[in-house]
Amino acid sequence: MSELTLEVVTPDKTVVSTKAVVVMCPGVAGEFGVLQNHISLLSGLKIGALRYRTESNEEHSVFINNGFADVNNNVLTVLAESAELDTDIDVARAEAAKKRAEQRLAEKKETTNVVRAEAALQRAVLRLSLAKR
Amino acid sequence: MPSLKDVKMKIVGVGKTQQITKAMNMVASAKLRGAQARIERFRPYASRYRSVLMELAKKVEGAVNPLLEVHEELKTTCIIVVTSDRGLCGSFNAAIIDKAMRMIREKQAEGRQVKAICVGRKGRDAIRRMPGVEMIAGYADRMGSLDFSLASTVGDTVISGYENGELDEVFLAYGEFVSMAHQPPRLVQLLPFETPKEEETATEEPKGPTCEYLYEPDEEQLLGVILPRYLKVQTYRGMLDTSASENAARMAAMDNATRNCKDLINSLTLLYNKTRQASITSELIDIVGGAEAQNG
Repeated sequence: MSELTLEVVTPDKTVVSTKAVVVMCPGVAGEFGVLQNHISLLSGLKIGALRYRTESNEEHSVFINNGFADVNNNVLTVLAESAELDTDIDVARAEAAKKRAEQRLAEKKETTNVVRAEAALQRAVLRLSLAKR
Repeated sequence: MPSLKDVKMKIVGVGKTQQITKAMNMVASAKLRGAQARIERFRPYASRYRSVLMELAKKVEGAVNPLLEVHEELKTTCIIVVTSDRGLCGSFNAAIIDKAMRMIREKQAEGRQVKAICVGRKGRDAIRRMPGVEMIAGYADRMGSLDFSLASTVGDTVISGYENGELDEVFLAYGEFVSMAHQPPRLVQLLPFETPKEEETATEEPKGPTCEYLYEPDEEQLLGVILPRYLKVQTYRGMLDTSASENAARMAAMDNATRNCKDLINSLTLLYNKTRQASITSELIDIVGGAEAQNG
């Protein structure tokens, strides 16, 4: 029996390593789902939520910050710069990051790196929405 | 012959030094455990990354990417030196710095300009004193709490430098953690990119049929994302290795120091006893001599 194994790995630790029935990934070209016996695939991921369902029908979501997913032989490996399970998200920190990013965007100084600030805001908002669910 | 009191003081002093070195040894061993755990946690990421990159590299032979291009004129060399923040770890830092400096001198002899990025106070202070080396950035007091963002910052600096032609070669000097007893300095080339060699694949390869990969977006764009990040992965690895090596080297150095203290205390105690015996003997001779004179 070939089952789909999901592994989410960051430089600091292995966040998730489990068997899954279906995984939805936030790909750069749009969200895609991975089931058993998926064709080998390598895709970039953007900032977003990765959702998966286990065999016992539990649904979980993982916050993914930029990375890529590699599917090969029923193993889905997600390599991300940072990733957190929805239960592990630090709400206070995300809240603070959101405020900081908004402030930076509102001030619009010449030195402000708009792209970076926007990315930071996006990350913070997404972390919050995942954590609240 | 030194006086009894002097010797006694010296024994006490050496004993205190021994206590300190023993404590430092224990602190280093605790820190080493932390650093090793961090390497362990990072290892799956690094090895997966490598295999993904290799898979991709096979696909896109001869792809166009600014990081793969070899610059025609090699004018500027950049070296990233990763050392520890603190000393008292034997010849560990000196070996890395020595290796880096030798390369800097070689490059300078070839008429290239050398720029440096230093992580760790020891390396920064040493490289800063070198003539003709421009310091792009120096980070101190970061080795204790390493995270990927530091590697990311360093990586971004060299990548942008390489892409706009300010840097033509990038090297990384660090202390590799081979074992508790062996931490040789290493110098690796980061840019222009050399695709990682296939070494350990033989053991991992036969997993099942490999089929055509699907790429999303296309291979070259993906390579554009994955390559720069691989550079950061390598840099981070260098930092983690250095921090583990530093503590291993310190443990060894402090162990030696503790043992030397013990030897010193032994020989001083011998000297103390001899001195005491000598003074007792001379006092006895005095007394005996005085009694004989009176009897005589």
